[in-house]
Amino acid sequence: MKKRIGVFVCSCGSDISSAVEIDAVTAASRRMPGVVYAGDYIYWCSKSGQQMIIDTIKGERLDRMVVASCSPRLHEGTFMKTAASAGMNPYLVEIANIREHCSWVHKDKKEATVKAIALIRAAAAKVARNQELIPFEIPVVPRALVIGGGIAGIQSALDIAEAGYQVDLLERSPSIGGRMAQLETIFPEMDCPARILTPKMLEISSHPDITLYTYTEIEKVTGNVGNFDVTLRLKARSVLIEKCTGCGLCWEKCPVNVESEFDEGLCSRKAIYIPFPQAVPNVSVIDRASCRWFRQGDCAACKKACPPGAVDFNQRDEFLEKNYGVIITATGFDLFKPDTLSQFGCAKHPDMITGLEFERLVNTSGPTAGRLIRPSNGQVPRKVVFIHCVGYHDEKERKSFCSRICCMSSAKHALLFKERYPQTEAYLFYENLCSSGKGFEKFHRRVVEDYGAQYVRGAVSKIKPEGGKLLVHGVDSLNGQELKIEADMVVLAAALIPRSDSLELARLLGIGTDGNGFFSEAHTLLRPVETHKAGIFLAGACQGPKDIAEAVTQASAAASKAIGLLSYDILVSDPCVSQVNSSHCSGCLSCLHVCPYGAISEKIIEERVRGIVFRRLVAEVNEILCRGCGSCTVSCRPGAISLKGWTDEQLIAEVDAICL
Amino acid sequence: MSIKNNFEPLIIVFCCQWCSYAGGDMAGTSHLVYPANVRVIRVPCSGRVSPNLVLRAFQRGADAVLIAGCHPGDCHYISGNNLAYRRFHLFGSFLEFIGIEPERFGFHWISASEGPKFARIMTETTETIRSLGPNLKLRGQR
Repeated sequence: MKKRIGVFVCSCGSDISSAVEIDAVTAASRRMPGVVYAGDYIYWCSKSGQQMIIDTIKGERLDRMVVASCSPRLHEGTFMKTAASAGMNPYLVEIANIREHCSWVHKDKKEATVKAIALIRAAAAKVARNQELIPFEIPVVPRALVIGGGIAGIQSALDIAEAGYQVDLLERSPSIGGRMAQLETIFPEMDCPARILTPKMLEISSHPDITLYTYTEIEKVTGNVGNFDVTLRLKARSVLIEKCTGCGLCWEKCPVNVESEFDEGLCSRKAIYIPFPQAVPNVSVIDRASCRWFRQGDCAACKKACPPGAVDFNQRDEFLEKNYGVIITATGFDLFKPDTLSQFGCAKHPDMITGLEFERLVNTSGPTAGRLIRPSNGQVPRKVVFIHCVGYHDEKERKSFCSRICCMSSAKHALLFKERYPQTEAYLFYENLCSSGKGFEKFHRRVVEDYGAQYVRGAVSKIKPEGGKLLVHGVDSLNGQELKIEADMVVLAAALIPRSDSLELARLLGIGTDGNGFFSEAHTLLRPVETHKAGIFLAGACQGPKDIAEAVTQASAAASKAIGLLSYDILVSDPCVSQVNSSHCSGCLSCLHVCPYGAISEKIIEERVRGIVFRRLVAEVNEILCRGCGSCTVSCRPGAISLKGWTDEQLIAEVDAICL
Repeated sequence: MSIKNNFEPLIIVFCCQWCSYAGGDMAGTSHLVYPANVRVIRVPCSGRVSPNLVLRAFQRGADAVLIAGCHPGDCHYISGNNLAYRRFHLFGSFLEFIGIEPERFGFHWISASEGPKFARIMTETTETIRSLGPNLKLRGQR
């Protein structure tokens, strides 16, 4: 059927007409192939202009149109809507950019007019080959999944639930609370986590729209934005969550002692335990790897001791399949375990501890009830050396990022130490100080001026255990002096690193990681909480080291993005995606390797040739995952893939027309 | 040959719609004047440009063809610009191998904020090709 193209040339006040002969352009447009109407107007984007377009489409029975005006980045959407209201498929509209790319950048009116005509000719040639496209509709499941029950996950879950949507909060360990629950105080206000975190944890457990799954892991994720299909593995707790009262009689009777993860191995817990007093849920769990019943089968002390009979050795892992519209990952961080031998030339010594271990040692509900002691002999240390940036200079483990929180947490540790034991000495070895947050600089000054901590700019070269002390060799790079400090304790501010299984989770979710293993955001500056996978957002330190304020900020940002998506009943997605003509596809799958979104998969099709059925491998595009970059169309050897809206036919026609 | 005396080259530029096309828009909004010899074709991503389209432009009379995409790491589609860069690095060598002057083909990173860079590259390319003369080798070979 013969095309009926309309060309609408805009003068844009005088912005276009001052450099381009509008009449000549309109007259030339009228002679282009397929064009049955060409007209000009002062502002086609105005309300009256749009109404004139609608009337012209109907009156001239146009089936596609070109608007020669400003950049498509400005008004393509406007004119697509105009077309739609006249009953024309909006994908049958092309824009010729004769303002930003022509009238505004060329002085010679004759040259600009010739160029404007060429641009319109190219648009007309392309639009003649445009196809009607219909956006996909994806129904949205109004429920969110938040992975990780640290402060970031908690904040995201609460924000989403407060907006009125269902949230499932998933936590791998037996209780929510995360790293923040392990801390004694929080800089810079020296707030107490028990005071500010515990209420939030309790709010999670009592909120009607939040379902909490602790001791649960992700097994499988399929589906896409709007409807992710997630299989959860509810690990066997061996304690019935609805019966346990958290009375603690079970662990009093348990004969097995294991290193406590919550206390960073500084003390022991039982094989049946509640990780910490404020745990949510306040329910025991049996660590089957160390429990005598599960190892030898000859102990049931906890079962006998439990008044409500909540212990259940026969419990099995349960699998739960649930659907979610959006997913937020808030899996937090691990702490780098420094190889002290390669970095400081000495084997791990009990009095060389990480910042998190220090945090537990000074914690009032910690293993020593808040009394800072040397793990080697139980004495209070008189001289403590804090070393910043551990893990950055190690040959093998060299980290290429700043952990952001260590400068402040070392300062906080020095403050805690000097506050509780004023007659002591604290040395902090740093190379660069990072104190960019609100009130951080003041905090640093306070530690030095009010508490007398001594900052040394320089590196520690060696630590040598000698006579019950740790001899710290270093250099003060500001005055070039060598230093030897006989320390009782060394606290290492170790780097924050991704969770050991972050790559595994990234693979399950189909999101990317950066060179260090942290989850990648879609754009560092402009899309910091989104991932490249639509519908999956990032909160907290899983995306990179952060302090609590930053983690909470990002968690709320991720939640608001999630709420934005959940507020739709149906998502409409761009129909300009790739499609495979399977009769041409050779199954070479070179497209699969260039697709940045993993949107291409292989599939077996059956073909009948002269009554015989052949099975053949071809590529298949997941139209929801595809974002329409078109890389696959170029790599496709038999030319079986085309990108809707940007087909070879369209682009070649455009090249031909623009070169005329 | 008289054609060379008042020769005005035709320069076709494939611009990705997120960065380089917007860079062109920026040159426009800043009213940075560059020669009208330049004609831009908008593509979703520099990764969408196939060598076939470049050859086609040369065959239809383009005197130079440029491809412009987002800076490495800034691609709206994660890695389309890297794919394009690799593809056209090879293709550029191929064009030179078959006897096309290397000046006639270029690959550039132009971000949405680099209007001045856009205008500069367009001006420089036009001047270079103006002194180089027309593309007679591939023209009309269909």
